[in-house]
Amino acid sequence: MEAVDPTVFRLAIFVLAIFVGYYVVWSVTPALHTPLMAVTNAISSVVVVGALVAAAATIPGGGADPATWVSRGMGAVAVALAAVNIFGGFLVTQRMLAMYKKKDRPSPQNEAH
Amino acid sequence: MSPSIAALLYLISGVLFILALRGLSSPETSRQGNHYGMIGMAISVITTLLAVKLDVTTLGLILAATAIGGGFGAVLARRIAMTSMPQLVAAFHSLVGLAAVLIAGAAMYSPDAFHISAPSGGIKTASLIEMGLGIAIGSITFTGSLIAFAKLNGNMSGAPIILPARHFLNIAILVGIVALIGVLISTQGTAFWAFWALVVLSFVLGITLIIPIGGADMPVVVSMLNSYSGWAAAALGFTLENNALIITGALVGSSGAILSYIMCKGMNRSFFSVILGGFGAADGATSGGGKIETRPVKIGSAEDAAFIMKNAERVIIVPGYGMAVAQAQHALKEMADKLKAEGVDVKYAIHPVAGRMPGHMNVLLAEAQVPYDEVFELEDINSEFGQADVVYVIGANDVTNPSAKTDPQSPIFGMPILDVERAKTVLFIKRGMGSGYAGVENELFFRDNTMMLFADAKKMTEAIVKSL
Repeated sequence: MEAVDPTVFRLAIFVLAIFVGYYVVWSVTPALHTPLMAVTNAISSVVVVGALVAAAATIPGGGADPATWVSRGMGAVAVALAAVNIFGGFLVTQRMLAMYKKKDRPSPQNEAH
Repeated sequence: MSPSIAALLYLISGVLFILALRGLSSPETSRQGNHYGMIGMAISVITTLLAVKLDVTTLGLILAATAIGGGFGAVLARRIAMTSMPQLVAAFHSLVGLAAVLIAGAAMYSPDAFHISAPSGGIKTASLIEMGLGIAIGSITFTGSLIAFAKLNGNMSGAPIILPARHFLNIAILVGIVALIGVLISTQGTAFWAFWALVVLSFVLGITLIIPIGGADMPVVVSMLNSYSGWAAAALGFTLENNALIITGALVGSSGAILSYIMCKGMNRSFFSVILGGFGAADGATSGGGKIETRPVKIGSAEDAAFIMKNAERVIIVPGYGMAVAQAQHALKEMADKLKAEGVDVKYAIHPVAGRMPGHMNVLLAEAQVPYDEVFELEDINSEFGQADVVYVIGANDVTNPSAKTDPQSPIFGMPILDVERAKTVLFIKRGMGSGYAGVENELFFRDNTMMLFADAKKMTEAIVKSL
C-alpha cells in the first residue's frame, strides 16, 4: 500500500481542532466574549512563523536574488503587523481580564496598569 | 533543530492556545489562560527562529520589525478606551489578514524557502490551492475589517451602503477569484500578475461585502471577520506544514463562527440575511406605516427617577450601546453603589447583541468595577423582571421592544428580548423620541408603567446620582 500523503494527516489535525474549538468556545462564558475575540486575534498572529520564514528567505544554497528580496521585504512587514497583534492582543486581553472582579472581594492585582 | 522536534514544539504551542481559550470559561481561570497563550506564542516564535537560517542582517530586520510592531501594539493596548474595543478588534483582524496575504506572497516569490517547490519546477498544486485560499480570505479580511473599523469608529456612516446589482457584482468577483486561483495552479505559481490580480480583486470583494451591512449588525461582521482571519491562518498552516498554525486557525475559525451564530440568534436573523446586508436601510418607516405617533408618553425628571429607585427593593439595569456612546458606565456604577447603600438590590441584565461586539457591555461594566456576579445574561435574568420594582434602561432600545413578541409585522418579530415591561416601573433614558436602529417604534414607551427620561445617558445618570 502507498504511504499516506502528510497533507492528509494535517487535514485530520485541522478537522479535529475544529471540533476542539467548537466545544471549547461554547464553554466560554458570554461575559468574556470580548476578551475571547481579543485573544483569538492574538493567537491567530501565530502566522508570524510564516512571516519569519519569509523574512529569512534565501535562494537554495544561501544568498539572495531580487525575488528573494521581495519575499524578505514582505516577510519583514508581515512580522511587524503580526507583532502589533501579538503584543497588542495579549496585553489588551490581560488588561480586560484584570478588570473582571467578584463582589466585595477585590483581587490584589485589581489594576493592570 | 530537527524538523521532528520543531513539529513537537509547534504541537505544544497549539495545545497551549487551546488552553488559552479554555481558560475563558470563567473569569478566575482566564488570566492563567492568557498566560498560556503568551507562552505558546513564545514557543512558536523561538522554534521558528531556531529552525530558519539567520544571518545578522536578517536578524536585525526581524528585530526591528518586531520592535516597531510590538511597541506600537503595546502602546495601543494600554491607551485604548474600553468603549473603542470593537474598533480595535476590527483593526487587529485587518492586520492578521494583511500579514497572511504578505506571507503567501512571499511564498510565491521564494517557494524554495517554504519547501513548496514541485520536483518538476514551479510550485506544488496543493500548496497553490492553499495559498490561493489564504490570499483570497486574507485579503477579504483585510479590507472588510478596515470597512468595519471605519464604520465602528465613525470614520464612515454606519448606515448600509447599497450598491446597484451588488449580489451580481459579488458573484462576478468571486468567479474572478476562482479563475485567478486556477491561473496560478495552471502556471504552477509563475504568473505573478495573477497573484497581484487575486489580491486586488479580493480587496475589492472585502469592501463590497461589508459596506452594505449596517452599524448595529457589526457584532456579526466582526465575529465573521474573526472567523475569516482564522481560516486564512489555517490555509497558511497547510502551506507551511505547521501544526501550530493549523490548530490555531481551526480554533479561531470556529470561535468566530460560533460568535456569529450567537449574535444572529440574539437578533433572530439568519446569518445570510445579515451578510447580504441592507437591514435598517429602509426609509425609517418600516413599521407603523410611517404614521405619526401621537400617543402620550409619561415624562419624568432625574428627581422622579431617584425617588422611585430609592424606594424600590429590586432594580435591574439594562445597558445598551447608548451607554457606551455616552461613556455612562462609571456614572452608572456610582448610581448602583448609592442605591445599594440604601438597601436596594441591584442587578444588570445584558442582551446578547447589546453593544457593537459580543460581550461589549460586560467589558464596560467590568471597567467601571461592577462585579461580574451582578451581571446576568438574558436567559438567566429574564424571569426576574416580574419581581423587579424598577428597570433602568440606559442606551438600549430594540432589545426591550415587546412588539418582538406580539407583532408579527415587526421587522424584529421573534427576536429574544428582555421582558422589561413586566417590571412595576420602567425608567427609559433616551435622547429623543426617535426609533431604534431597526427603525421600529418601541411599544414600551406608551405603557402606563413606563417613564421616559429624555436626556443624554451620562448626564441623566449623574443627575440621578446627585438627587439620591
